[in-house]
Formats: sequence, C-alpha cells, structure tokens
Amino acid sequence: MKNFLAVKNNQVSNINEIPLLDFSSLHEKIIEKCKKSKIRPICFFGLGKASSVRLFVALADDKNSEILVSSSILNRSTTYPSLTPKVPAFHIFERDFHEEFGIKFEGHPWLKPVSYRKNRFDSNSKIENYPFFEMTGEELHEVAVGPIHAGIIEPGHFRFVCSGETVYHLEIQLGYQHRNLEKLFLDNKKIAPHLAESIAGDTVIGHTLAYLNAVESLTGTEISRRAQIIRIIALELERIAMHLADLSAIANDIAYLMGSAVFGTTRTTVINTLLSICGNRFGRGLLRPGGVIFDVDETLIKKIKTNLAKVSVITDRMAGVMFTCSTVTSRLDKTGTVSKEDAIKIGAVGISARASGVNIDSRINHPFGAYAEMKLKNKYNKTGDVSARTHIRYVEIGQSINIINRLLPELEKDSCSESIFCEIKNNLNPESFVISIVEGWRGEIVHTMLTDEAGQIIKHKIKDPSFNNWYMLALAMRNNGISDFPLCNKSFNLSYCGNDL
Amino acid sequence: MLNTLRMKFFHGKQYIPNVRKAAIDGRHRGLPILFQEKCTSSCSECAKCCPANAINREKLEIDLGKCIFCGDCERACKQQAIKFSAFYKLSTTDRDSLIVKGNMSEADYYKQAITAKEKSKALFGKSLKLRQVSSGGCNGCEFELNACSNPNFDMGRFGIDVVASPRHADGLLITGPLTENMAAALDDAYECIPAPKIIILAGACAISGGLFQNSDALNRSFLEKHPIDLYIPGCPVHPLTVINGILDFVGHK
Repeated sequence: MKNFLAVKNNQVSNINEIPLLDFSSLHEKIIEKCKKSKIRPICFFGLGKASSVRLFVALADDKNSEILVSSSILNRSTTYPSLTPKVPAFHIFERDFHEEFGIKFEGHPWLKPVSYRKNRFDSNSKIENYPFFEMTGEELHEVAVGPIHAGIIEPGHFRFVCSGETVYHLEIQLGYQHRNLEKLFLDNKKIAPHLAESIAGDTVIGHTLAYLNAVESLTGTEISRRAQIIRIIALELERIAMHLADLSAIANDIAYLMGSAVFGTTRTTVINTLLSICGNRFGRGLLRPGGVIFDVDETLIKKIKTNLAKVSVITDRMAGVMFTCSTVTSRLDKTGTVSKEDAIKIGAVGISARASGVNIDSRINHPFGAYAEMKLKNKYNKTGDVSARTHIRYVEIGQSINIINRLLPELEKDSCSESIFCEIKNNLNPESFVISIVEGWRGEIVHTMLTDEAGQIIKHKIKDPSFNNWYMLALAMRNNGISDFPLCNKSFNLSYCGNDL
Repeated sequence: MLNTLRMKFFHGKQYIPNVRKAAIDGRHRGLPILFQEKCTSSCSECAKCCPANAINREKLEIDLGKCIFCGDCERACKQQAIKFSAFYKLSTTDRDSLIVKGNMSEADYYKQAITAKEKSKALFGKSLKLRQVSSGGCNGCEFELNACSNPNFDMGRFGIDVVASPRHADGLLITGPLTENMAAALDDAYECIPAPKIIILAGACAISGGLFQNSDALNRSFLEKHPIDLYIPGCPVHPLTVINGILDFVGHK
C-alpha cells in the first residue's frame, strides 16, 4: 500500500484515496520524506470525533511540484511521539493540533497554544494567565511589549529576556485577533467569499484567490482565461502595493523619512489603480466564485500601464538613493540575521525565507493558471538580514511589474474576450479533498477543504504564511539590540490575524 | 546629499491640497443611494444577498454601520434601485444617522450626519490626539488609518495625530469587531486615557461586528459601558471618510 497520495496544487481527490496509516509508520515515513531537501509540511490538521481524531498531513515536494497527503487515526486518550525533534518545521503545526484536540506529542519542547481559539481543548488556559518562558541570572531582565503597540498595528504580545540591551530570547504571544474564522466559514457559507477577503485585510486577493481556487476545483468549474489573467494582475498589484508599504515602513523605522514618504505615496498610486479596477483600494469585491466581477477594459489597461511605468521609475530611483545611503545601510546590514539552515529547519516560507537564501516560491514550485506557462525565475538573497528582506521586496516589485506587463497585452486580444464571470451551478464534489496554494505577497497561502457525503464542506483549514514565519522573528532577535526590534518586526511584517484567524 | 535633494525635487508635492473637496475615482463605493420609485418589485434580492444583514427590505433602508460596501446588492437589484455613489463623507455622531433611507441624497445624508458639539470644538478643535486600538481588525482599517498620516492625506496638518501612549491621548480610535481575547487590553487602554475623552469607532466591524457579527469569539461589552462619539463607516474606512469625519466632529470648516 502507498504511504502517500501525490496530488497537484488544486487537484481534487477522493477522501478514500488518502492512505490511512497507523501513527508509528506515518511518523517514520514523514521523517524519511522530510530528510530529502525541498520536502516540508504545509498542512497538518485533524477531523475530530468523540473518542478519536483523524489526522491529515500534507507535505509539499517543491522539486516535483507535488503535494504528498497521508493520514492516521489518533486516539484522544493516548500520547504520541512528536515529529518536531526530528523535523523542527512541525513545531507550530503540532502546537496548533494540540491546542484544538488536547492530544499530547511526547518530546515536543513547547506545546504552547497558538491562538487561544474559542474551541481550544483546554479552556482553562487563558491568554492572560500564560506562564512565559523564564531565564534567571543576575544580569537578566524582562521587557514586556503589547498587546497594544505604539503605532497603528494589530495586537500581539512580545516578551523579551535581555541582558542589558542584548536580547537573549523573544517569546511571541498571539491570539488577540482570534475571531473563530474557520467556524464562521462553515456556519455562514453564503458569505464565505466575503469572509475570505477579511482573513487578512492586507492580503485580500491572496487569500480570496486561494479560497476560490479550492471551491472552483471542488465544483469542477473552469473559469475563463480572461478572468484568470485579471486575478493574477490583481494578485501582483497587491504584491507591489504591500512591498512598497513595507519599504516605506522600514524606511520610517530607521528615521529615513525621504524613503518613507516616497514609497508611501508610490503605494497610493498602486492601490488607487486597484480602486479604479474594482472600486476598493484593497481589491475587495473583485473576486467571486466563477470569475471576477469587474473587467479591465482598454482605458484601464492604459491606466495600469502608465501607473506602473511611473511606479517603476520612481521606485528604481528611490531605491538607488536609499540603498547607497550609508546611514541606511549601516542600520539594515547584519541586523536580525536568520541563517539559511535555521530558515529551512523551521519551515520558513515566502519573502522572509527567500531573503535567507531558501529557494522557494509557490508561483514557481506549485503554479496554477497563467503562472504555469510563465517560467518565472526565483529571486532570492543570501544574507538573511533586514537588508536582504528589504532588498528582496524591491526586486520583487520589478518582477511583479514585469509579470503584469506580460499579461496585459493578452487582455487586448480578441481571442481573450470571453465572459469574465459565470455563476457556479455545480455542487461541491462529495467526499473530496483539495489543497490550494497561492503565493501571496508574504508567502505561501494554503487553503485545504474536505467535503462529506452530502457535498458539504466539513473542514476548511487556512494557513497564512505568517503561521510558519513568526518563529523566524524570534530567531532573528537573538543577540540583537532590543532597540532593533521594531525594525526586525517590520522587515518580516507578519500577519497577526492571519495567524490567529 | 545631492542625490537626496534631486530625489526630493523629482518626487514633487504629493499632498492633496483640499481634503474637504478632494476628487475620488468614480468607481469608489461610497454612499448608497436608494431610488424608492424604482423599487417596484416585491422581491428581496438585495437583502438576501447582503453578507452583513445591512439591508432592511421592509423599510428600504441600508445600515452603513453594518454595510461592507461590497456592491452585491447593487448588482442583485434588477430594477437598479440601489446605486453606490462615490460620496465619501459618511461619518456620523449618532448610530441612527448611519441608516440610509429611501431617496436620501448625498446632501440629505451629510446634513443629518454630524452634530458638532460646542464642547468638542472647544476641546479638540485645534488638536486631537488619538490612541488607536485594533481588536480583531483584519489590518485593512489599520492600513487606511496609517494612510491618513502619509504625505498624500497628511492628517497631521489639522493637528490630528495618532499617538503612541493612551496617556498622551484625547480619545480612543477602535477598529475590529472587539475580540474576547482583546477585551481586557481595550479596557486598560481606555482607563489610561485622561478625561475628557472620546471614543471613535472605525469600520463596519467596530460599529456592528460587520462580517463577524455572528462570531462566538467576540466580547462587545465595552461598547455598552461607554458612549460613542463618532462612527466612521467603511470596509475598510477610506482615509477621506476618516479625516472629513473627524474634521466635522471638531467643527472644522
């Protein structure tokens, strides 16, 4: 019998095709697989019954563009050996699973709740009474920051253990944003596309696209080429806008106000382009099951082209000035470094991983739609410091502008004039399983859906890239000055609500 | 140095000279206009498709405190009785004023929206410092509130700023549907602000729970304990809605 079912991104398979192993052999097989490079966990969740839980695991095989799926039944009253000591990337997935079902993984160093979710197993563990990790020593002191921060950002608590200015350890406490989204998705199917837009308001297109790809796969809906292209243009516009926002914020955090102002206003140009397309600066209301609501006509194509040309010129010029300015480079270089080894170990994804030299990008490794034929080249840095994370944003802005400019001419062709929207009439495939991966601006977004015999969604698991990457921030802070924390935090710019859901 | 100066010159002036009369893209979904005479059918397609339960079909009203401005109702209405205009001055001082009624024009809505009190004008007319608290906000409203202070919108020119500590603030600016896990911190922040203090709710989530109104992970008791001074609708709030709302509230001309 096969140990794993290999599927592609957005490929629907029957639940009964997923192998069901006993836990010890699943444990062994996962460790065996993950020893190979470029195989890493992307999905790990349970479907609970009264006495037992069926655990589903999905590993991404980036080299072969495949997703390996397997499962096992776990007894609620038993403890199981943890995968984390052998494959550290599982640490956050096992914490998440433990929070929901209370099943202990023996050997996991730290089964702390991930988001203090409403349906957590241990309702006595409260966000207020969590015992933080402690270090003792004469010279050590603790600094507590949050949940409310100095700027206009989402809430989260950071607990530093420091010796003087030097941070020995940073513990990140999240969950303040928890809205019980996964339950809302199941209870209110009618508003699911709207909810998808609100998973993380800075990744509207990314999350909605991942949700729609899953739903459209489950219903066997083919959307028109034109709609596909508009979706990818929107996704890339979102990437450009958010990277500009981050460049602006990083410049602001090192008091380089010129960069902050210029990148900030350039972002306005980009989000106002999205506003011209769909009536919302963040792209809300553009994507719906079956296509897109707003077409990109000739006037809009012209507008996108002119605006992007403007953005390209000003970004290049500003980046040229900023990255050669010694007061900037002295703050960015060698600050908050995460090594490639560490990034791979903890399963980092997206721009943060690429800045540390990990060569992953799901637009290339697990492409869908028009990405498949684009032959994109992976852009990555090696140094893993704030400078690398800043620079990669600038590089990706150029890459995204190129992608859009390659796609726009196709919208002008007659051959691409099909309808942009057709309502989905089919029901969801019963007893099916689909994993949808989209490279959002932060990194890989994974939506997994399971349906029952009646074709109703019984599980909708959402994984934001921040879920993997928050621990990277903790690693980046070690042995850095505590005053560099805001800068390090900005250089990752992770989502609080994407983690808390 | 020279490069920086050249860049500054190249970038030019970016601010919006008059935020009170700034033009906005026609596709922006602002105030919904309800044409009563066109609503002849007995269908309730608009209310059925509304994800936020913002539409009262009986009275033909839209509650902007719940509305997420998705435009689904506009498309669902076969009689074209609903049309979103680009009008962005939507903030109100009363919860009831957020309800858009049949045949209400932009001027009608704006007239009843804000009653500037002499007291708030005297206290905050020249300087208003706010402490922002996100409580389950998706980062959409947070981004737009940040944009209020960028070089385009530049809210600071009116003496309105978001400050780092509640001790320095005149009021609380809340986004998000008010999650249970954030309830204690929100109470603390409010207690730390010296009186006299105001509360502003920004976004459909804060005003009514918005899309998350049925979530079981919320704790909205804070809003029952304290009076609300200003409601800023939107999903997310547009910077022009925020700035104009606050300016009207403090009696700025």
